[in-house]
Amino acid sequence: MTNEIDLSVNIGGIRMKTPVMVASGTFGYGPEYADLIDFNQLGAIVVKGICLEGTKGNPTPRTVEVTSGLINAIGLQNPGVEGFVRNYMPFLRQFDVPVIVNIWGKTVEEYEEVAARFDQVEGVAGLEVNVSCPNIKEGRGLFGTNPDMFRRVLSAVRTRTRLTLIPKLAPDLSHIGSFAKAAEECGADALSLINSIPAMAIDVETRRPKLGNVTGGLSGPAIRPIAVKLVWEAAKAVKIPMIGIGGIMNANDALEFMIAGASAVAIGTANFTDPGTAMKVTAGIRSYMERHSLTHIKQVVGTVKT
Amino acid sequence: MQLEEARIVQHTEVQGGYRLLVMDAPGIAPQVKPGQFVHLKVPHLGEALLRRPFSIFKAGEGRLSILYKSIGQGTNTMKYLQPGESLDLIGPLGNGFPIPAEDTLPALVAGGYGMAALYLAARTAPVRGLAFFGGRKSDDILCVDEFEALGWEVRIATDDGTRGKKGLVTAVLDEWIGQKGPAVVPEFFACGPNPMLKAVADRAAAGGWKAWVSVDRNMCCGVGACLTCVQKIRTPDGGWTWHRVCREGPVFESREVVWDE
Repeated sequence: MTNEIDLSVNIGGIRMKTPVMVASGTFGYGPEYADLIDFNQLGAIVVKGICLEGTKGNPTPRTVEVTSGLINAIGLQNPGVEGFVRNYMPFLRQFDVPVIVNIWGKTVEEYEEVAARFDQVEGVAGLEVNVSCPNIKEGRGLFGTNPDMFRRVLSAVRTRTRLTLIPKLAPDLSHIGSFAKAAEECGADALSLINSIPAMAIDVETRRPKLGNVTGGLSGPAIRPIAVKLVWEAAKAVKIPMIGIGGIMNANDALEFMIAGASAVAIGTANFTDPGTAMKVTAGIRSYMERHSLTHIKQVVGTVKT
Repeated sequence: MQLEEARIVQHTEVQGGYRLLVMDAPGIAPQVKPGQFVHLKVPHLGEALLRRPFSIFKAGEGRLSILYKSIGQGTNTMKYLQPGESLDLIGPLGNGFPIPAEDTLPALVAGGYGMAALYLAARTAPVRGLAFFGGRKSDDILCVDEFEALGWEVRIATDDGTRGKKGLVTAVLDEWIGQKGPAVVPEFFACGPNPMLKAVADRAAAGGWKAWVSVDRNMCCGVGACLTCVQKIRTPDGGWTWHRVCREGPVFESREVVWDE
């Protein structure tokens, strides 16, 4: 019986009707998709990364399609905290869906300031802390892959907000478990993993990089097995819930992440292919649970038999 | 804008590898304005994930059609589509062309299948004007009869001289500009490769006329979320800002466009 199945999850204090969210950078700030899907059926919306003053991002071309994936180098173009709050929050508050804001900065102080500002904004449920964007040097190099800076930025942000704090981890870490553990010790409520993987594509005729930024971040099904493995490793290191991200196209892909240890998942690149993917994934998870006589999504999470 | 499962009713080769794809799309078709596009999920594309954008050629009576040429992975796969198959569309997308201003003579300028984006503008324009079509060879000059049937005078240029004047479409345009007389105030509507759009923009700027250009950009989401298809647009303070070709475009007034890429 469908109505006996409970898909609701609690991700670090954020209650969601379904564990299927939409990932930062693939869903704009919301209005872009409003004509196409019912937001109230999403687990949560994670909006595109916001920094203090906003930025114009990278030169074009900004994305390139590759085998089973997409390399992007948008460069975190965004309207800044004030622009986002003024132009998009009134729209987002209309819906019965948690809004998680992806935040980033060029210094520890900027991360702190952005976190403090959003702490005061009605309708924001949580902050996804982007310490792993491959397209700005401050994101990855400085904060995402250096254990000391990683701890500094997360501890600092934690002191400035009571909102649910969700660091988004870089994929190319030799010990993802230690970074996950460090995030938990710094007060993170949940983890997002993974961000896109540093990547490059070259036009052999012109011998030029296919992206204006030369390199970018690979997303889509091409990265999914890597992401599943990293979620599985991180799950063994921490108790806080994890949001699995990386090339999810259908319910089976999502279930892989959840069985590996993710309490929720986020749909990224697939939004570009089919904006209705998140709803289809939720329906597919439901029918999987029916088929396996499961009543609560918790009976799926972290149940991999190794 | 909406998602729609459209059914293919006709898929035929027009000439030289150009194909016409006609679909039943009763949801999208009635909403279409000239110069808009649809974002099409190509079936059987396997490992290629993204939708492909296509200018809407014709729309009416619950149907819409696109005109395309097989030039890449998506369009090479599309040529095998059969009537009766379903296609997943998002549309109509983009702003489209404005209606030509009063007291101007509309002049359409198209490179290759850029004319597809101009057909509906030609049909709805209150005044008939001239259409300038350019291409590499005669196979690239499409649907001249259909524009003439609407009452437009079509002037043609091909790189190899196999149809119309030998040379670029802008040379034919320049010839007309030189002969037209000062009383005729043209307003340009252009779709084609970016160098052609810039050339039209230059003519418009020199003459103090308006030109509307449909900008071609590598596209990803098609709805404004991903910020892939951005174009530099001038701001009143002398600077520039990014506009999304899929959302604020694809049609821009040429004086707004920063042509530095």
